[in-house]
Amino acid sequence: MSYQHKKIILDPIIDNNPVILQVLGICSALAVTSKLSTTITMCIALTVVTAFSNAAISLVRNHTPSSIRIIVQMTIISSLVIVTDQFIKAYAFTISKDLSVFVGLIITNCIVMGRAEAYAMKHPPLPSFLDGLGNGLGYSALLMVIGTIRELLGSGSLFGYPILPLDRDGGWYVPNGLLLLPPSAFFLIGMIIWVVRSWKPAQVEQPEYRIYHAPRPEVAS
Amino acid sequence: MSAPEPDSAVSAAPAESGSRTLQMTLVVCLVCSVVVAGAAVLLRPIQEKNQKADLIRNVVAVSGLLKEGLTEAQALKRIDARMVELATGDEVKGIDPDTFNIVKAGKDPEISTELTRREDVAGIRREPRYLPVYRIIGANGDMKKLILPVYGYGLWSTMYGFLALEEDLRTVQGLRFYQHAETPGLGGEIDNPKWRAQWTGKVLFDQNWKVQVEITKVAIDSSTPEAQHQVDALAGATITSRGVENLLKFWLSDKGYGPYLARLRHERS
Repeated sequence: MSYQHKKIILDPIIDNNPVILQVLGICSALAVTSKLSTTITMCIALTVVTAFSNAAISLVRNHTPSSIRIIVQMTIISSLVIVTDQFIKAYAFTISKDLSVFVGLIITNCIVMGRAEAYAMKHPPLPSFLDGLGNGLGYSALLMVIGTIRELLGSGSLFGYPILPLDRDGGWYVPNGLLLLPPSAFFLIGMIIWVVRSWKPAQVEQPEYRIYHAPRPEVAS
Repeated sequence: MSAPEPDSAVSAAPAESGSRTLQMTLVVCLVCSVVVAGAAVLLRPIQEKNQKADLIRNVVAVSGLLKEGLTEAQALKRIDARMVELATGDEVKGIDPDTFNIVKAGKDPEISTELTRREDVAGIRREPRYLPVYRIIGANGDMKKLILPVYGYGLWSTMYGFLALEEDLRTVQGLRFYQHAETPGLGGEIDNPKWRAQWTGKVLFDQNWKVQVEITKVAIDSSTPEAQHQVDALAGATITSRGVENLLKFWLSDKGYGPYLARLRHERS
């Protein structure tokens, strides 16, 4: 694998992470991260969909009239999502019950559409595939971190295996119920963005405007 | 392959004519529909098997047979599924209880009837005309327990579960929900093994076979005769707890399994 290809895959994991830097795909990151088993299934599903939809869209990019390109992308993405959803229902039934609508909602995940429009429409299939893979992995890396924190501190287990003995079963750990609720993922993502941007200041956005302090108007008293 | 350069303007310009657009649309639709339909058809048998297995697993879990030391396969042999017409309490043939979808049946106008606001204690709007019931049979074929599918609205969602009754058709063996979307940590605690364990041994009917069950926020005084009908409410989940009480009241009433339970009592006396 050439250096270029490696860069396409690795870049979106830290330096150009779709969730941390571009703040895309937050909706599903809140919903599926309370347990690691659902998190990893969602990550695999999203990575597969992003990679293959990118490759497929790139294949037809030169034949797609620009007037219908968005709907062509949507059709390809939604077909792949439905197929993935059917596979999960067939081979990981209990997890599919927990994920409920969220696999279906990959169709509207900004990461998939964003990569299709921004990258796959302009590049050949192989780099597009790798770009989709990289962005999927970037999303997965962040979700796995959040999922680990939420499941460990929220239910004292990882992948359903008890790690911290819970007080209700006679152990010492009192689980933090907040971490099982979606807002906790918001706080965690916020904290991770803060940490990453302190570590890599290049990711900090320039302010779009400055508040201008108008001179106090002199009012006749 | 060299570095992924953006395509040159020449190759990126697709034919924009109307006929090309139409062609492209047709090809994309055709390919995608074949892929989707293929996956759906090929995977359906596995999915149906999963759904069936999941339902039965829940029946087995609520039956308490696993606690008696049986394996899942042994427990399955002791389950006798039948379809019941709720209004009359008759057992009906011709519908396969194993493939009957309770969630769908409750919404399908073909096989369900609308409930009036007064009748609709459990907040389910429509009630299926038929539902499966599961008898747990003993070694010589007599009924040891009866498992009834029950459901009703909580705070956010319809909670689907199974109620297992002891041989006397009065005492609870277990109550277990297999599908709901209540708040994790609050209403979601209906899945908490400790709360579920409270139900075992509770009595749902009084001496005259009138439904009597109460989920209470007041500490239960076990010296009173009412204690056997009372269950502690979930902390911070008043509406979910009330939902559970309401759905039990509904399904044990004459609108629910009342006629069937009356028939079973009659047969056994």
